[in-house]
Amino acid sequence: MPSLPDMTTPNLDALAGQALAQGGHAQVPAPDAGQPQFVEFLQRMGDNCLILGHRVSEWCGHSPALEEDIALANQALDLIGQCQLWLGLAGEVEGRGRDADALAYLRDAGAFRNLLLVELPNGDFGVTLMRQFLFDAFHIEMLRALRTSADPRVAEIAAKAEKEVAYHLERSADLVIRLGDGTDESHRRMQAALAKLWPYTGEMFLDDAVDQAMADAGVAPLPSALKAAWDRTVASVLDEATLALPADGWHHKGGKNGIHTEHLGYILAQMQFLQRAYPGAKW
Amino acid sequence: MSSEWPLWEIFIRGQHGLNHRHVGSLHAPDAEMAIRNARDVYTRRNEGVSIWVVRSNDITASSPSEKGPLYDPSNSKVYRHPTFYDIPDEVGHM
Repeated sequence: MPSLPDMTTPNLDALAGQALAQGGHAQVPAPDAGQPQFVEFLQRMGDNCLILGHRVSEWCGHSPALEEDIALANQALDLIGQCQLWLGLAGEVEGRGRDADALAYLRDAGAFRNLLLVELPNGDFGVTLMRQFLFDAFHIEMLRALRTSADPRVAEIAAKAEKEVAYHLERSADLVIRLGDGTDESHRRMQAALAKLWPYTGEMFLDDAVDQAMADAGVAPLPSALKAAWDRTVASVLDEATLALPADGWHHKGGKNGIHTEHLGYILAQMQFLQRAYPGAKW
Repeated sequence: MSSEWPLWEIFIRGQHGLNHRHVGSLHAPDAEMAIRNARDVYTRRNEGVSIWVVRSNDITASSPSEKGPLYDPSNSKVYRHPTFYDIPDEVGHM
């Protein structure tokens, strides 16, 4: 069990001081300092994993079947694990002594760089699965491309994550097909989930200056370059699922630049509460 | 919901080339998902390299009420245990 400091004892200042002292190991060399765009890119990768991992973890104990419950919890843990690697590297490259925990727990919503898609509420099981599938199909293409990144640390993380995400995609695609091509009720829900989430998929493939810099440096692909493969995966799975591909229209954007839906604040309030209320608490 | 899914018995072969061992059971609509669920439920800690799933209904089990006739007769047949041989030292542990 965690042993937490008692909030009624007036030693919070001392605790906060400790946290700063522990977080501030600035003697670590910062060979990558001066690469703000690289840090930005790494935060985008890490924040997608962190926020989606948190969302998926919300199903723990609530899934429609025990087997699904465990599968989703595993998937959430995979994503949180990947987040630790990406944010850990982000902190290292940033060189300001922030580790993955500091980035996850001590940034405010405006500093998060995840796609809007992954912060959307879970909705029903159909929305959760469809969101997972749409993201997995993007995530796998991104990781495959990152395996040949010019930065070996990025390539290494991508190689590890790719195996996990290949399974995520296999599973989410299979369930989308089963439910899309299932009963009238499940078909209706999956089609509704798709309609709801579709306007959030465009942001995955928007290129900006950060993406361009990463592509120029050979660190990462341009997101727009991943779209053709994503389109193919999505079209074939939705076809098999007897779901109609929504018409392309207006798309939400902003998450990659820190402009989020109102939902992210609630996620952070829950996720960050402990570290905010008891700075530096460990167990 | 899960009560509509049939029950499957799960067998996993561990890392060390041993036989598949029964590890438990779970619900799944078909064999493919049973394998997937087994992966998620029973191999989380790197337990296995191979999974078998069998519909529980397809297993024929001996009846507990026939325990006496089935097993008791072998109780008195100690000569079926290979304990009457002297094992040479160089053979080592068997």
